[in-house]
Amino acid sequence: MAKKMHDTPNLDQLESGPWPSFVTGLKDLAKEKDYVVDLLGQLEESYKTRKGYWKGGTVGVFGYGGGVIPRFTELKNEDGTPKFKDSAEFHTLRVMPPPGMHYDTDTLRQFCDIWEKHGSGLIAFHGQSGDIMFQGATTDNVQKAFDEINEMGFDLGGAGPAVRTSMSCVGAARCEQSCYNEAQAHRAVLNTFLDDIHRPSLPYKFKFKFSGCPNDCMNSVQRADMAVIGTWRDKMRSDEGLAKKWFAKHGMDELVNDVVARCPTKTFQVKELNKIKSGEHITSVAVSDTHGIEINNQDCVRCMHCINVMTGALATGTDKGATILVGGKSHLKIGGLMGTVVIPFMKLDTEEDVEKLVDLAQRTIDFFAENALEHERTGEMIERIGLSNFLDAMEIDVDPAMVNSPRMNPYVRTDGWEEEVSKINAKKKAA
Amino acid sequence: MNQAVQAAAPAAKRKPKETGVPDNQKYLHPMLAKNYGNWKYHDRPRPGVLHHVSHSGDEVWTVRAGTARQMDIYTIRKLCDIGDKFADGRVRFTIRSNIEFIVADEKKVAPLITELEKHGFPVGGTGNSVTMIAHTQGWLHCDIPGTDASGVVKSLMDELYDEFRREEMPNRVHLSTSCCEINCGGQADIAIIVQHTKPPVINHDLVANVCERPTVVARCPVAAIRPAMVNGKPSLEIDEAKCMCCGACYPPCPPMQINDPENSKLAIWVGGKNSNARGKPTFMKMVASGLPNNAPRWPEVAEAVKNILRVYKEDARPWERIADWIDRIGWPRFFEKTGLPFTKYLIDDWRGSRANLNASTHIRF
Repeated sequence: MAKKMHDTPNLDQLESGPWPSFVTGLKDLAKEKDYVVDLLGQLEESYKTRKGYWKGGTVGVFGYGGGVIPRFTELKNEDGTPKFKDSAEFHTLRVMPPPGMHYDTDTLRQFCDIWEKHGSGLIAFHGQSGDIMFQGATTDNVQKAFDEINEMGFDLGGAGPAVRTSMSCVGAARCEQSCYNEAQAHRAVLNTFLDDIHRPSLPYKFKFKFSGCPNDCMNSVQRADMAVIGTWRDKMRSDEGLAKKWFAKHGMDELVNDVVARCPTKTFQVKELNKIKSGEHITSVAVSDTHGIEINNQDCVRCMHCINVMTGALATGTDKGATILVGGKSHLKIGGLMGTVVIPFMKLDTEEDVEKLVDLAQRTIDFFAENALEHERTGEMIERIGLSNFLDAMEIDVDPAMVNSPRMNPYVRTDGWEEEVSKINAKKKAA
Repeated sequence: MNQAVQAAAPAAKRKPKETGVPDNQKYLHPMLAKNYGNWKYHDRPRPGVLHHVSHSGDEVWTVRAGTARQMDIYTIRKLCDIGDKFADGRVRFTIRSNIEFIVADEKKVAPLITELEKHGFPVGGTGNSVTMIAHTQGWLHCDIPGTDASGVVKSLMDELYDEFRREEMPNRVHLSTSCCEINCGGQADIAIIVQHTKPPVINHDLVANVCERPTVVARCPVAAIRPAMVNGKPSLEIDEAKCMCCGACYPPCPPMQINDPENSKLAIWVGGKNSNARGKPTFMKMVASGLPNNAPRWPEVAEAVKNILRVYKEDARPWERIADWIDRIGWPRFFEKTGLPFTKYLIDDWRGSRANLNASTHIRF
């Protein structure tokens, strides 16, 4: 039995209502742990004053420079002693999840046992970067908890100016829209940079995210320095049985208004069956005895909408791979930036293909480490130096798929134009 | 810090095993492992349930339930019990902290749902529902929070509980909350983000000891911070006319307190979309600010979010995300229909802002 609870009139109000309550969870832990009794005391104070009371510091595990988020209370009595002494140290361990965040219950139970013994008993699945967050351990217990978690085969994630923990979608494990082996790519890339994860020494954070298709369930384009987003080059597949089943249920109004009208390039057409074209780039499928779909895949931008609506009736092609975008980030400090295309398509079928992705990641991080200013993300760096300079350094050929449009101003020195043209022509000849 | 720790460590200390990201194969449900990369299509028999069919003919049903994300070990063990009883001892989590149980026998779906709901885990969050809110740490653990995270989410999800358990929205709705302007909660259809309204209050006694002053000066996006001697001590001063109260100086220099119980407000942003479906991905836009940081249940924020959702649900066509819907109806109509005031602060004046102005006569009357 733990000590008596502090009054928490504010937090108590978060126990009512139908959604699972983290306050009820904390109170259950507080029945056994003075640690959590005091944590609730401090949190109640925050609710009362609308102020935060944690400060960072220096806590880590032996051999690593990051992965632990230190927290010391700033809520002090007049004599400088902590107002809530039992939770005065409340550090978090960031632990990298398996790709796709799959677990067996034995693993989760072991996590619980370790965290019951050494920590607060509060675990978050998962933090915004994807970490399993073991929240709340004293300075003395951080190493003990880490040792046991590490012996299970789990490792700390990134914090500070480091390669950060990554996430991949459920992907090939349970999604028909998967365009590459997300788990394989995720592990191959991240496990190449363990030193950069565990010993922060980059200009700033560097994030990888792996999404199996352009639905981008990992939000990689908006937040990853390197986003690996699955796509395909060949024709969409179709299945007449499923197409007819879909149409029988949804009808012509939905086909026209929800699919045809929403195709961003208007390449998706509904036609009478006898008017449907065939050809190398055409996907076609009947939806009824009179009508069918015709898609010219050369005009398709692989947005996923028709596949999302008519799952199975239409499907991705089979010549699959990924588009690589660089430079996505959130607000701080120049405003949000989307990642931009640097590799329109790369195959990721074989180990050699994945090695090429690892090599690209390695060269990108090397360039970032050498050229970014302190506290500058890749997106800001590219904005500062221009995409062409980045591509030059990375030895990546320019491609019109990298831009929304060519430049709209004349302010560029073009005295290398002919040289560039002859390089492009020589490459074309050699190919 | 790393070297300091190493230098002080006695030789007997355990060396970490740098194993990195673990292999997920052994954690996959057996049917997922068997049909890896071979799925054909899926449908949704009811809200909260996905049904996937493999090219091999195998089928699996996934039941998705909401969690608090910040979970105590008793709750996690309860979820493990449910996983053992129904789902071959395997579970997975989604990016929005929902838990998923996979079963290969359709007959297990209904009893699994009953069991989850009996223990207070709402089943839903699939398809065109309002799914669980992506969120941050807040007062519970962050060192720079303007507000709480878990409490805001709990309050809002209580209000949106039915929308989580139903699929009645025009398209999926992703929400996020962020407890400072750094926006760790991320892009979403609707996001709630702290918006500070006053420059930081500097504790000049502490700056010299706590802050690396050139770093702090460099961190300011509008060059409003400069070194200064204050009361005979090296400190920093702020050009308050330049400062736009973003709080970027606060993490590297905690004596520059940006959080203010009264003047740190909450803003609402809409129209973020990460998917490439239909239009290209979009960033969200600020549509309201000045909402009070009203713990413990933030009723003004909940009302604002519910209002936008109500209008979107009534007005948007099937498959329109909030960004797609606003593309069709236009911003004037968005503000008219939601009743939100369009103030001068919503006209972008940051870098690249002219691209956000209307350079045409395309106006809906």
